Amino acid sequence: MMLPPYADLLGLTIERGDDDAPVLLMPFGNDVVGRPGFLHGGAIAGLLEMAAIAALQEALESEGAGRIKPINVTVDFMRGGRDKPTRAAGVVRRLGTRIANVEASAWQDHRSRPIAGARMNYLVERG
Amino acid sequence: MEQLNDIPGLHGFRFGGHGGRLGTLFHARGDDWVELALPYAPELVGDPASGVMASGPIVALVDMATSLAIWIKRGGFVPHATLDLRVDHLRPARVGHTVIGRGECYRLTRSISFVRGQAHDGDPADPLAHVAGTYMNLDAPA
Repeated sequence: MMLPPYADLLGLTIERGDDDAPVLLMPFGNDVVGRPGFLHGGAIAGLLEMAAIAALQEALESEGAGRIKPINVTVDFMRGGRDKPTRAAGVVRRLGTRIANVEASAWQDHRSRPIAGARMNYLVERG
Repeated sequence: MEQLNDIPGLHGFRFGGHGGRLGTLFHARGDDWVELALPYAPELVGDPASGVMASGPIVALVDMATSLAIWIKRGGFVPHATLDLRVDHLRPARVGHTVIGRGECYRLTRSISFVRGQAHDGDPADPLAHVAGTYMNLDAPA
């Protein structure tokens, strides 16, 4: 799977979870820092976006691919992101012919303790 | 940056960390609003086929603009945390254009700051994104 250039800026790499679904890993570093010692909310939002795109691309590929455009995103910040690696995964809640509803969550210590979550709607243009 | 030096707690403020990495610049400000500029760069692209900027950098830009707007309206820096931020992408940003992100704080309570904003790429009357969000003031009494 190819992630866009913005994923490189965030330093993202792809892991595979227990269910073989893509999990994105963002290392802590100066490029993603907000206030000292904490992740920037924008970097967390970017990670969540990339996790959503990874999940959606994978779902679309199994149906013959297509292009996607973001319509909106709502991000909830639940805990401060500390100076440690962050992981994120997306879940496609519905993949319609024109609209996809995707959720993503980001965590550090454990997946059950998210630091942030997001809901996104995407416009799908099938090839 | 000198444009914020009169705000208590923001003397010497600069865009470090992620804000600096994105290439964020100061653009303008008022009593309760701030505009920041994000010059186009290939590494901000979210859709390689079209060259359009990703959603993430725009969310980061308006997050910083709305934060600064809160501090200006509150009369100085306070530690705060973003509770939620919603961005509607009205249209793609034009390839190669600098994106201007505007954040406005329209309501303060002791605990919560309510913000809204827009982003455009040259014409404020033709916005590319609308923003709404809330921040929690970490200095407020529990």
